[in-house]
Amino acid sequence: MNTKENIKKIIVKKPLKLDCGKTISDYPLAYETYGKLNEKKDNAILVFHALTGDQFVTGKNPITNKPGWWNYLVGPNKAINTNKFFVICANVIGGCMGSFGPSSINPENNETYGTNFPVITINDMVNAQYNLLEFFEIEKLYSVLGGSMGGMQVLQFVANFPNKTKTAIPIACTASHSAQNIAFNELGRQAIMADTKWKDGNYLKLNLSPDKGLAVARMAAHITYLSKKGLQEKFGRKLQEKDDLNFSFDADFQIESYLRYQGSIFVDRFDANSYLYITRAMDYFDLTKEYKGNLSKAFEKTKTKFFIISFTSDWLYPTSENKEILIALNSSGADVGFIEILSDKGHDSFLLDITEFLKTVKNFLEANY
Amino acid sequence: MKKEFQIISDLIDNNTRVLDVGCGDGTLMKFLKDEKNVDTRGLEISKENVQNCISKGLSIIEGNAEKDLHQFPDLSFDYVVLSQTLQAFYDPEKVIEDLLRVSKKAIVTIPNFGYWKVRIHLLLKGTMPVTDALPNEWYSTPNIHMCSIKDFYNFCFRKKIYMTKSIALNKEQTSSINKRNINLKNLNSELGIFLIKK
Repeated sequence: MNTKENIKKIIVKKPLKLDCGKTISDYPLAYETYGKLNEKKDNAILVFHALTGDQFVTGKNPITNKPGWWNYLVGPNKAINTNKFFVICANVIGGCMGSFGPSSINPENNETYGTNFPVITINDMVNAQYNLLEFFEIEKLYSVLGGSMGGMQVLQFVANFPNKTKTAIPIACTASHSAQNIAFNELGRQAIMADTKWKDGNYLKLNLSPDKGLAVARMAAHITYLSKKGLQEKFGRKLQEKDDLNFSFDADFQIESYLRYQGSIFVDRFDANSYLYITRAMDYFDLTKEYKGNLSKAFEKTKTKFFIISFTSDWLYPTSENKEILIALNSSGADVGFIEILSDKGHDSFLLDITEFLKTVKNFLEANY
Repeated sequence: MKKEFQIISDLIDNNTRVLDVGCGDGTLMKFLKDEKNVDTRGLEISKENVQNCISKGLSIIEGNAEKDLHQFPDLSFDYVVLSQTLQAFYDPEKVIEDLLRVSKKAIVTIPNFGYWKVRIHLLLKGTMPVTDALPNEWYSTPNIHMCSIKDFYNFCFRKKIYMTKSIALNKEQTSSINKRNINLKNLNSELGIFLIKK
């Protein structure tokens, strides 16, 4: 792994009052940019990453040496054309790619925060990232977009700052985290906390790492990102490099081997406590409740032009939940479009090379600029 | 732009809010937006047409009038347009009710099943009519509730729906429809265009 020291970051001096009641200030916010900000400063797009994403949207991630998580979508002449647009993405607070998070050092005792880190929310994440507009002296963004938890941040951003972006594209998300999704997140957290190396969140101080728990959390979550049909077609009951069942608990099936691999590579790049904090933020997300049960109130003041995208086989953030956002926007008279993209790749679709999806984003961004 | 759209456009005041139900590739919406400063929304079932509308910078929602009109609040538009699609719905009566719920006025256009060519086709050939306005065979037509100008006229009368404007279109010729000429217009018009309200 490369050093994280060269990551770009701003130190946010302005105090931020978190939803939990605590106030933070002088905290780092790590970011990356692609393309150039034009003279009029009207071509900036703020991308929000999902649960396990980071600021390295496209190109080679300098820390993991893997391609950026939205490589298909963002880049020169791609759907978000970086020859034309200036793309900014920040690591969310609570994260582990250079922004203020549970693996940051607490200056009071020179130890990592661990579970002494304050519980953060989607609202806190968005308010922290708003400082980037001031840093780049951008009066108004051209667009904000993101999928999954990134989509939740899009909704929160427009609710908090109704006139700070011309367009917004929430993708495969929800305005209120469902019981099923809270349940899956809790499963992941319990897996981490059941790992004896977690040590109540103090593992970094003890030079330990709850890799097994974090890997299981990732495996369980990974299943929710796919679809039954997609899994069946890709793996079926195919055996992993063997002709017959082993009558043991080795990874006999390809799907087992695949999940184990996904779990093992995840622990190299992600911090277990960050996983706890960020999933918690998602669970607490309920924009509908924030506006006293009337989601349309969240968008009452905005002139932002929305486009909502969902995927047919996404059962984690299904079309029905995306449509609730659409209905709320229509109720408030906001400018909104919607499409459901055909895909059997499940929730993961928003990260994949799906022509119809890429075309939608490209056409929307080009036509409204 | 086709004549039908010109007539519809003439019925719509500048600077209003319009919902185009079944807006196709967005030709009418684009015209209304650019020429009349209309705030437009489109509802369209075909994904290809949705993409066409996105490319034109139009606000387009993928959806179907029978399932997706409920998302719009009461009287949230000044006009709602339904061009040649009423006959494709399972429950056209409910759709008309919904159109007049979301909008003060509705502009509904009807391919006229009472047109003489249609009548002759059925009378002489004895098979389901196939014409320029109704190009599909019976087994592949999306049109399951065909009606004539006279049917729609009577429907509005029975449902106490007020017809502000009733226009007949034949080739490029327009004329107005009224109680006295309804039988003639029902025979010699390809298309009926109605501006209705509750």
